[in-house]
Amino acid sequence: MSEPREPEKQQDGMSRRNFLKNSGLVAGGLVGGTLLGGLVANPFQKGEKKPLLSNENTVQNFEARTFFSRNEDFDVLSAATERLFPETSKGPGAIALGVPYFIDRQLSSEWGTNAYDYMTGPFPNISEVTQYEKEDVNQNEQGAESETKVPTPTPRYQTRMKRAALFTEGVHALERTAQQQFDSKFIDLSPEQQDEILQAFANDEAKMNGVNSKTFFDLLLTTTIEGAYADPVYGGNRNMDGWRMKEYPGPRMSYLQDIEQTDFIVMEPESLRNYQGH
Amino acid sequence: MVKKLDKVDVVVVGSGWAGGIASAELAKAGYKVVILERGKDQTRADFIGVKDELRYTNRYEMMQKLAPETITSRVSLDEVALPVRTRQEMNAGTNLGGGSVHWAGSVYRYRPYDFEIRSKTIERYGKNKIPDGMTIQDWGITYDEMEKYYAKWELTAGISGEPDPLGDTRSIDYPNPPMKASPAVQLFKDTTKKMGLHPYQMASGNMSETYTNPDGETLNQCMFCAFCTMYGCDFSAKSDPLVTVLPTATKTGNCDIRTNALVRRVLHENGKATGVLYTDTRSGEEFEQPATVVVLAAFTFTNNRLLMLSEIGEQYNPETRQGVIGRNYHGQFNSTFLGARGFFKDKKFNLYMGAGALGGTLSDYDGDLFDHTDLDFISGGAIELRQYGDGAIKSNVVPNGTPRWGAEFKDTAIEYANSNLIIWYTSAVMSWWHNYLDLDPTYKDEFGDPLLRVTYRLTDQDKNIAKFGIEKCTEIMEEMGADIVDPDEVPDEFDHIYSGGHYAGGVIMGTDPKTSAVNNYLQMWDMENVFVIGATAFPQFGSHHPTPTVGALSYRASEGIEKYLKDGGGMLAEAKPTNLYV
Repeated sequence: MSEPREPEKQQDGMSRRNFLKNSGLVAGGLVGGTLLGGLVANPFQKGEKKPLLSNENTVQNFEARTFFSRNEDFDVLSAATERLFPETSKGPGAIALGVPYFIDRQLSSEWGTNAYDYMTGPFPNISEVTQYEKEDVNQNEQGAESETKVPTPTPRYQTRMKRAALFTEGVHALERTAQQQFDSKFIDLSPEQQDEILQAFANDEAKMNGVNSKTFFDLLLTTTIEGAYADPVYGGNRNMDGWRMKEYPGPRMSYLQDIEQTDFIVMEPESLRNYQGH
Repeated sequence: MVKKLDKVDVVVVGSGWAGGIASAELAKAGYKVVILERGKDQTRADFIGVKDELRYTNRYEMMQKLAPETITSRVSLDEVALPVRTRQEMNAGTNLGGGSVHWAGSVYRYRPYDFEIRSKTIERYGKNKIPDGMTIQDWGITYDEMEKYYAKWELTAGISGEPDPLGDTRSIDYPNPPMKASPAVQLFKDTTKKMGLHPYQMASGNMSETYTNPDGETLNQCMFCAFCTMYGCDFSAKSDPLVTVLPTATKTGNCDIRTNALVRRVLHENGKATGVLYTDTRSGEEFEQPATVVVLAAFTFTNNRLLMLSEIGEQYNPETRQGVIGRNYHGQFNSTFLGARGFFKDKKFNLYMGAGALGGTLSDYDGDLFDHTDLDFISGGAIELRQYGDGAIKSNVVPNGTPRWGAEFKDTAIEYANSNLIIWYTSAVMSWWHNYLDLDPTYKDEFGDPLLRVTYRLTDQDKNIAKFGIEKCTEIMEEMGADIVDPDEVPDEFDHIYSGGHYAGGVIMGTDPKTSAVNNYLQMWDMENVFVIGATAFPQFGSHHPTPTVGALSYRASEGIEKYLKDGGGMLAEAKPTNLYV
């Protein structure tokens, strides 16, 4: 489960270069289109092509973990994200989208190490932390930031654990719970059993060290959604398939000509890589 | 070892709209100005090619890093405040241009009622309409006096808009025509018009056309690219200090901008400021910048904290209700911007397009335009439908009752990604004796100075006005034809989430030095050569977004500072003790 795919499969039989060729959405055309006012909306617009890769039709995949040191931890993480965001008739699930790799990278980034957060003590003791964490509401679904934030709860962060440690502990706690409850590895459980464990975490009924299980669950859920839909540069949303599912076009310079259109406009998505013109 | 620099006329702390306007006006008038900005330098070039939702919206690229300094927060006086540790919990803009760079661009003027809320409420409803403990007060300036400053700011900023059918007297039209309406915005306007309300296109700091302002700065036409709120504009099409007042200030040759310059104290001697002490955050070197006038134009928290750390003015004490610094702290928190979300089964909107201030709005339930006799709150707000442009991470809202995760969540969120709209109420927030700022007794910043502590709780006023707004928004959303309408819930208590950037007060303006820190030129009663500009001056929060009022107040203050420098000192307004409450 930790290495779920072959490089060729990742591309769904179509190389990145071919995709760009087919859509015509390369940097030169994009810039010209915007300056002329919104021609970018036309996915078949002709533009100057710039090869992305020296090697025709192949993309070598160098993806690997840089945070999770144990295979089994990554496997548990992968299985959990797939239950939160499973493959459905609408499209791929978390594993096929690369979400576990996305999370792995995020945890070794400044976000995972809480580099920009105030991590100076004193920290309240764990029972008090529990209290603060229970007070959270789904405030991101409403209020001033509801138009920009991912709609999962933001509890007050009052643990001394950094997000990276919190995830490691969370993944271990999922495994411990599986062993205690079902006498089995988490990854060997049926999807229903895995859901049962995850629901216990969501309900704050599971045991974790240093932090509430709900806090870990909310963070895992938020990060899974981010991984499914963030720009593919971060390792998730592989092939922009997350964006395709919801007909999201990716970064564009202009919609000036289309903003008043009443019909829904579907475009082949573009990523930051296209947008930056490399 | 502190290095003492050459004296200047004016030192300005902060480079957002508040500091940028004052710097431009005084530099144009020939005074030597130094701007000190704690964050880094940034330009349009920093925003080209970074339309990255994760980095900016979810990881808060434009926001102050909290590791060196944050605030602490509690609800009641007997609680121990805890630090607000992550940027999920607090967004405060930083870097050159300040919070004014990542703003959305919503433009409203406050109303005559807002500026004289206490007198006008008593006049219409009697004294008992104002509950015990609500410390609202008149601003010491009227709408008519503010009008020319609003006009000046709108011209500088190139605001796009059309008149509010229920609006107040204006001396100028908006300098740019209103923005185009997307079908979602049009649906809101058509529906509310049919309901007998008075919708119009929201005025916006996003340019509807290319525009050159009176200072000669040019802004480009907005492309509706959707990477707007929480981002800097890559096309200089959102009005901000980087493309207006900061270049205007530096062009004069009289203004020196220093970034990575963290001001830590206002220095003073014998009741007058002598300058400021700042640290270069790269080298750690300390500098003293002497100046004739000190302008504090940083964010609300910083303005308050600098005065407290520098021991200027009397700290407000909620037990005695004496003192002014930190008094009447308020903001648009989790009881505001509530309304209703609608889900449409057979209708899709191009929601991935948009702009920060693309929206429809109406004033029928704003300020005191509707009768409050039988209502259990005062003031009001606008009802808005905005189309910011949804990112793919953000657009994961599902109707109430849908599971929060798993297959059903995923598919439902995808189903409605382009088929959900929200309407909300921009409700006003009143001030109360128990909501205030002071220094935290426990937690410190990286230099060992105490953090600012917020004590804030919601009141019945907040909950009642929210409930009213939610009802109105729900009615409209139903009329708009949504198949599922989910009204927001009124929160029980303040949730310690400082999002949206609308926090204000603590150094409020007024006519009585006992209940205000600055006069109506934003000059401190207790130290005549210190001017404190920003939403810190709001005695309570008006029924709209704060930015235009901050801009207008900065023009007002600039006029005062110029007079102060010309006259060689003196108080610009006479203190008029009122024998009010507190």
